[in-house]
Amino acid sequence: MKIFKYLFRNPLSLFGILLLLFFVVVAILAPVLAPPEAYQLSPYDTPRASFWATPEPLSKEHFFGTTQGQYDIYYGLVWGTRTAFKVGLGVVSVSSIIGISVGSVAAFYGGIIDEVLMRLVDVFMAVPFLIAAMVLTTLLGKGLGPMIIALSAFGWMSYARVIRSEILRVKEMDYIHAARTYGTSNFLLIFRHILPNAFYPVLVLATMATGSMVLAASALSFLGVGTEQGYADWGQFISYSRNWIVGQGDDPFKYWYTLFFPGAAIFFFVFSWNLVGDALRDILDPHIVQK
Amino acid sequence: MLNYMLRRLAFLPVVFAGLSLMIFSLQMTLTPLQRISAYVSNFSELKGGREQIDSLIKKYGLDDPFLTQYWNWVKGVFSGNLGWSETARGPVSEILLSLFPATAELVVLAFIPSFVLAVWLGTRSGANHNKIVDHIIRFFTILGWSFPTFVFGLIMLLIFYGFLDWLPPGRLSQWASTEVSSPDFVRYTGSNLIDAAMNWRWPIFFDSLRHLIAPVITLTYVNLANMTRVMRTSMLETLRQDYIRTARAKGLERRVIENKHARRNALLPVVTMAGMELAYMMGGVVITETIFDYHGLGQFAATAAANLDFPAVLGFALYFAVVLVVINLVVDLLYPLIDPRVILK
Repeated sequence: MKIFKYLFRNPLSLFGILLLLFFVVVAILAPVLAPPEAYQLSPYDTPRASFWATPEPLSKEHFFGTTQGQYDIYYGLVWGTRTAFKVGLGVVSVSSIIGISVGSVAAFYGGIIDEVLMRLVDVFMAVPFLIAAMVLTTLLGKGLGPMIIALSAFGWMSYARVIRSEILRVKEMDYIHAARTYGTSNFLLIFRHILPNAFYPVLVLATMATGSMVLAASALSFLGVGTEQGYADWGQFISYSRNWIVGQGDDPFKYWYTLFFPGAAIFFFVFSWNLVGDALRDILDPHIVQK
Repeated sequence: MLNYMLRRLAFLPVVFAGLSLMIFSLQMTLTPLQRISAYVSNFSELKGGREQIDSLIKKYGLDDPFLTQYWNWVKGVFSGNLGWSETARGPVSEILLSLFPATAELVVLAFIPSFVLAVWLGTRSGANHNKIVDHIIRFFTILGWSFPTFVFGLIMLLIFYGFLDWLPPGRLSQWASTEVSSPDFVRYTGSNLIDAAMNWRWPIFFDSLRHLIAPVITLTYVNLANMTRVMRTSMLETLRQDYIRTARAKGLERRVIENKHARRNALLPVVTMAGMELAYMMGGVVITETIFDYHGLGQFAATAAANLDFPAVLGFALYFAVVLVVINLVVDLLYPLIDPRVILK
């Protein structure tokens, strides 16, 4: 009830949720919206209209036109939605699992273990994120898997910090002491009593991170180390537009569609996650009292 | 205070060791054959075929155990030798030094306006909680936060270069870079702006400025969003404090309360955040530099990373660690100046 009241008062948050739902629907219906051709090895390989290099404007066959290499923009964007969800959710789940494990172990055991683990977090914080992710992706070879591994490997630290401080806060609360006097086992204590109560800030963090991880992944593709040529991936499509962005001498906006559609897709996707994250934080944060 | 500083700086070696070991292990996943190319300056050295390559591998110790190789690298670092960068065709330390002013110039010019604007916008937004001003500012910050840098940068390029032809990419025009590299132009700092002014060459100064505008706007916009959000939240928190109510009760003007009592106390989290942002920006604004073809640290590091040029990546990581630790230290030292209640132990 509280949630609906909040959404009703914050139309922007409502818009964010609807936008996110829209992307979910597009991702689910991808085979219907943009049916792959029979000759395609994988639905993620964007079909090419021809082998010309120059982009072609919007037409009946190609709703959003084609980009460099004649890749169909509409097809790439529809299937790219799936790629975006895979990368975003993939990176966030892997990195939050790493972060939560490290953070909980540090907080629960304390002492020397805590010290060592937190110094490890500090070292990872000093890694130049994008550069390190580029190196690891290149080493592992192109593709979604390497991208997800690379982005998670250097992106788990904030989860560790947040969960650690939350557990340290919750651990000293009266109901935990009460549970302990009742003779609750360590295992139950952690998983039934401490973690669920320390979890909300992590949830907010993860929601917010989903958008930025999709941005980071598309930055990798943009810099040329992300996915294979022609893979349905928004960052890839934006990097194609780079060579056509200034158009031709007389008409600078000639190839506007090569940037506009992929740019809009990635922007709205990240926007929706950020709006949802923002709303979640407001709803879950008891400090912000709703008038 | 001094004690505190020393303790913070003592952390630097730990970061160095961890960081370099990590990246070094990544490097060691490549075979000696893949790594030898960094040591070969011209192809005639490879004429001897497989045997010669093997002897080169032996000569540079690329087949040695991990720790031996790591130790050799560490010894090199201590004597100021960070190795040879294959992508930039030069010694890593020299390249980092020569690119640092370029990035610093860009970052400082973008950081100052974004910080000032963020504090101002955040204050306005927080002081007018849930009013129309707040909604507009919130909308634009979340917009800026979701806007991919590369899309924003490409749009800037499209409008100001493709359409209006005002702001070209690169760091200097052809004629200006010829003049800058001529012997009668004295290089004081490596920053084009400062050097041109000191040499009293105003055309070069303005040419350099013209190349900086588009990347600076891009960077400012991208960094504005986060800091404004933090400032707004912190302002909301501060305005709920008892002393603000007291100030209101004794009839102080609204503007005075907001700008003097609340803003200064709300500044702490923003300064922390700004320090982080500054550090990350100094660590190379990879995408902005790539889009605008601005030869700085970010572009260099990205090229090096994509080509697995490990000496360059290692050197860059060390540089970044230094920047991070130093900026965090400066931020910590700023706290007591902003809020006298903070005492560094």
